[in-house]
Amino acid sequence: MAMEITQYLLAAQSADARVRTEAESNLRQFQEQNLPAFLLSLSVELANSEKPIESRRLAGIVLKNSLDAKDAVTKERLAQQWMAVDIAFKSQIKEMLLLTLASSVREARHTSAQVLAKVASIDIPRKQWPELIAYLLNNMTKGDSSADLKQSTLETLGYVCEEISHHDLGQDEVNSILTAVVQGMNLAENSPEVRLAATKALYNALEFAETNFQNEMERTYIMKMVCETALSKEVEIRQAAFECLASIASTYYDVLEAYMQALFELTSNAVKGDVEAVALQAIEFWSSICDEEIELQEYESADTGDSGHPHSRFIEKSLSYLVPMLLETLLKQEEDVDQDDSIWNISMAGGTCLGLVARTVGDAILPLVMPFVEANIAQPDWRCQEAATLAFGSILEGPTVEKLSVLVHSGLDFLLRLLKDGNNHVKDTTAWTIGRIFEYLHSPAGGFSVISSDNLPKVVEVLLESIKDAPNVAAKVCWAIYKLAEGYEDAGRHSSLFTPYIHRIIESLLFAASRTDVDDSRLRSAAYESLNEVVRCSNIKETSQIIRELLPVILQKLSQTLELQIVSSDDKEKQADLQASLCGVLQVIIQKVSSADDLETRSIILTQADQIMFLFLNVFACRSSTVHEEAMLAIGALAHATGSEFGKYLPDFYKYLEMGLQNFEEYQVCSITVGVVGDVVRALNDKVLPYCDGIMQLLLANLSSEALDRSVKPPIFSVFSDIALSIEENFEKYVPYAVPMMQRAAELCAQMDPNDDELMEYGNQLKCSIFEAYSGILQGFKNSKSEVMLPYAPHLWQFIELVLREQHRDVQLTKALAAVMGDLADVLGTNTKALFGDLKACANFLGECLGSDDDDLKKTATWTQDRIRSILVS
Amino acid sequence: MAPSDLRRPYKRPQLSDQQRRRELSLKRQEQSRDAELQARRLASTLLSLPPEQQPSDPEPEPSSSTDYDLRDASKLKGPAARKWFAKQLMLPEWMIDVPHRLPHDWYVLPRPAGRRCFVVSSDGTTISRQRNGTVLHRFPSALPHGSRNRDGSGPPSYSILDCIFHEMDQTYYVIDMVCWKNYSYYNCSTEFRFTWLKEKLAETKACDPPSYYHKYRFSLVPWSRCDLAGLHNAYAGEVPFIKDGILFYNKHAHYQPGNTPLALVWKDEHCSQYVIDTDSKGQVPSHQQVVLELQDDGKVTTSDDPPVVFSCLNLDFIQQSGLQSGCLLRFAIGDGGLTIVDGKLERADLHYVGTSNRARAFADTYSKIMFQSMARGSPLRIDDLVASISSSDDEADTLDVEMAV
Repeated sequence: MAMEITQYLLAAQSADARVRTEAESNLRQFQEQNLPAFLLSLSVELANSEKPIESRRLAGIVLKNSLDAKDAVTKERLAQQWMAVDIAFKSQIKEMLLLTLASSVREARHTSAQVLAKVASIDIPRKQWPELIAYLLNNMTKGDSSADLKQSTLETLGYVCEEISHHDLGQDEVNSILTAVVQGMNLAENSPEVRLAATKALYNALEFAETNFQNEMERTYIMKMVCETALSKEVEIRQAAFECLASIASTYYDVLEAYMQALFELTSNAVKGDVEAVALQAIEFWSSICDEEIELQEYESADTGDSGHPHSRFIEKSLSYLVPMLLETLLKQEEDVDQDDSIWNISMAGGTCLGLVARTVGDAILPLVMPFVEANIAQPDWRCQEAATLAFGSILEGPTVEKLSVLVHSGLDFLLRLLKDGNNHVKDTTAWTIGRIFEYLHSPAGGFSVISSDNLPKVVEVLLESIKDAPNVAAKVCWAIYKLAEGYEDAGRHSSLFTPYIHRIIESLLFAASRTDVDDSRLRSAAYESLNEVVRCSNIKETSQIIRELLPVILQKLSQTLELQIVSSDDKEKQADLQASLCGVLQVIIQKVSSADDLETRSIILTQADQIMFLFLNVFACRSSTVHEEAMLAIGALAHATGSEFGKYLPDFYKYLEMGLQNFEEYQVCSITVGVVGDVVRALNDKVLPYCDGIMQLLLANLSSEALDRSVKPPIFSVFSDIALSIEENFEKYVPYAVPMMQRAAELCAQMDPNDDELMEYGNQLKCSIFEAYSGILQGFKNSKSEVMLPYAPHLWQFIELVLREQHRDVQLTKALAAVMGDLADVLGTNTKALFGDLKACANFLGECLGSDDDDLKKTATWTQDRIRSILVS
Repeated sequence: MAPSDLRRPYKRPQLSDQQRRRELSLKRQEQSRDAELQARRLASTLLSLPPEQQPSDPEPEPSSSTDYDLRDASKLKGPAARKWFAKQLMLPEWMIDVPHRLPHDWYVLPRPAGRRCFVVSSDGTTISRQRNGTVLHRFPSALPHGSRNRDGSGPPSYSILDCIFHEMDQTYYVIDMVCWKNYSYYNCSTEFRFTWLKEKLAETKACDPPSYYHKYRFSLVPWSRCDLAGLHNAYAGEVPFIKDGILFYNKHAHYQPGNTPLALVWKDEHCSQYVIDTDSKGQVPSHQQVVLELQDDGKVTTSDDPPVVFSCLNLDFIQQSGLQSGCLLRFAIGDGGLTIVDGKLERADLHYVGTSNRARAFADTYSKIMFQSMARGSPLRIDDLVASISSSDDEADTLDVEMAV
């Protein structure tokens, strides 16, 4: 039965915290004691036009939150909870909600539409609410429906389409929805509110309209209505109509040919003359077309030209009109908005679209853009200079390196001058353009670069001067340095060209990271990220001394963060950010140095390991409940670098390892910690034994947890392999727990829906990791106690057979499969004779592997064949 | 208005360095795991005896174990690597009596002080591995395919040299050649190997001073016929390195991995700083110490093949001390010393000291123990070698005369 809860809902919004808390606790109590009655009471409250809007609104929100949540686990729990509610209550609640759609109060109708969609998202896929769509459509057709009811009904239809998949509705339902929606857009028959709701509903329903778009008559009718709506006198409706067009551009690209002329005129007028909100959507239409054509081109080139989808070359055909239109938008910059991430304006959208057009048509864009660049770059007006620079920067990806290199050679000096003399906006864009030049035209390892020993000194000089500029410019310069350094990665003798500058560059980046004249977190992190790239890409033989000197500087800085005065949560966040950056630098240094060939370089870390670890542990200690992700990553690198010496840190580090493994909320942290467990056990080998009980317990608990993001589970199986290889026969006691988990996961793989691409991708990772786990455990028992694994061989064999039967396997999985077969034969020997003896599939599979182009795979298959032969002949 | 997520990268570099670091970490972890598994698998193949050819085999199969070469072995790790590399280097026995016909059948060369290692050049890099399998250096060199600088120099190949790394001048002194550009010299006589080594090395710039693509200099150890002049040169001649004894190689012997009496090492205080073994503190212990391997049945033996049994431990003692077969144990030789009857060890007065240092891979050889024992009492002196050569000359004369007749 519904209860009177108005007073609690109002009190829960009281300014008085005591009153509020008490009301909230009353509501919670009610919810816990009798959920169905509670939900019903909320819907009754929402439906009751005599109640104050405040309590009705909150009733709707609480109801919505009882049905849906952001995180998947809670969402699933709430859905289950709703399903368990008695059908009589559910019917009443739904009735209340549908009733509310006719309310004269806008907010009540709107809230009800949202709640209805949430209920639909649970009930429709489970076929628990087949009458909903018909009921809503009836609202649209019955004679006495008010405009309010039509508006909220269309809104509900839109939300429902957003929530469910098009598999959940029958084609006749889809047809009726589209008819209702398109009729709702009709200018002559409907109020602006209804038309807006209809246009927004169409946006959500487009995905359902696949069949209708294949039918020329229906398609043309829908397109006609959308185009007409795009000319409405109400801005909001025009904007919604252009959003529909942008969405149609990507969803129904292949049937657009007939409408392109009209669409070009429509969008072109909007870009030139309409208000910004509409113009942005018009540009988005062209960006979407570019996205489609770029994808078609990439797909085609990868797949011998036979893609099955026609490439209509819309961009190429309209290029000579499109490009000038976009260039014009570049001149409409706003001042001082570049630094705000939440800003998106017409010049930004135009620049972005221009970049996409360049990627679509390549060289053909150059003759259209270069005259604009040349005409504007030397103008005194900063808007012209900036637009010219942005235009040039935008087209650097797409055209050929040859053509672009010529242009860069003649223009680089000018850009360097602009970087010194332009106004702030111009310098910002120029630094970005220079970074893009490095990104696309500086690849000594790839055999081309616009940077030579002739211009490098000047380039570095200007960059290092500009790093002292305003923080937005300095941050872009950091990025340009990042791209400059990146080009020298693995570039052999070319990288020696860069070496002489590295010392100064590092100095400047450190300076930028700790500038006292500005306090800009974006600059700070850009500077550290560039520093990382410079270290990562440097030639370690030539820079080991520089890195040796850099290490204590970073350690010093990290140590200073521990002494920061922490008063507010802001301080705390700042400290954590700084520590993250510095731990990141340390991770890069450790990894770089430990990859060196000579012991002398490697000793840079080995001799400092105590201090490094001491600092990491202190960074961990700065937080009480979570572990610092960056410090964790860096410790993995340290364990790898120090090897068995790492053992002395484990007693202090262990509790953070545990904490990381238990961090389900931030599953990235958990995942990284799993990786670090691998690093640690590999480093310590059997010395890790005393910690294994604890580690295995946590890993097993993680595997069986529903709350942990599934992406962490494959890495856990892989880490079983590391542990087993390290502690060898001591893994015996974990086998009865670990292997059944692997078996269950293997069974799960067998049951996955092959039509769900995302799930199959996950299944692939899972299979690889299960095979890896078996491989590690088997090889760990190679020298003793191999009989432990005998009882598990048949199940593994079944799993192998399952994967053998699969038509498509990626090379990673194929390799893991070939390897585990060999491991089985190698470790269990003649006991597996019966398994291998009569299996043609196995021989065929290995034959295929041997014919592969992948050397690793061939080698593994050769080995496996050898192992199997040796048991078959003995 | 906020940009759609799709278009957000506008003028904002889409770089998440953190994501990049995560990915690089993952890659490193994957590679390490892969290498670890590969190493185990390789060990199975390399350490198992080649499968016997089955007469019932329908078709002759190529012996797959020969598909694995030293490059694969360089991926072995830990005990497996030590085991494998121990089997690859030719290890000279210690000279406990002077072989006949020294001037006719033997070469002599001064042994540089330093770490004995295998140097493998292939795929644009050069790797030196010590006797226990651990990597000493990974570096670019002017050996064939020893650095990335020589892309154009013919098909991929690998070469293996037997060297001693001399710390003081950072030079690899080459004492023998095992493979050169894929051509195996295992089954060639010392005479042939030494001659070709000199020629092949001269074809490269390996003996040039270090440079960017050539990190360490290589140098040939001067060898000569073991006549009086040759012996004198090796023993007392000027060499650019610190000497640690003298090596003798039988001219006709093939390169035989493992211990061999066809290569010998000898030293005295004049030509080596390390004649008598020291303990971990660098002191010469009052009693000679030996390291022996414990067998299943309690016997303690040398690393020779077949092993020489020195003693047998009480099984109770083994259990109480928690020792397992395969352990390397350190013993002191007591005042009772070693009793030799008819050239064979009859009894050794062994006193258990403890288990040996973990880094150690092998028990001592018989010849080493005997040489050390003699060095403490009545060493084999340079005069004995000279005398042997002189008498051998006479012998040769006689032989010539006989042949003339």
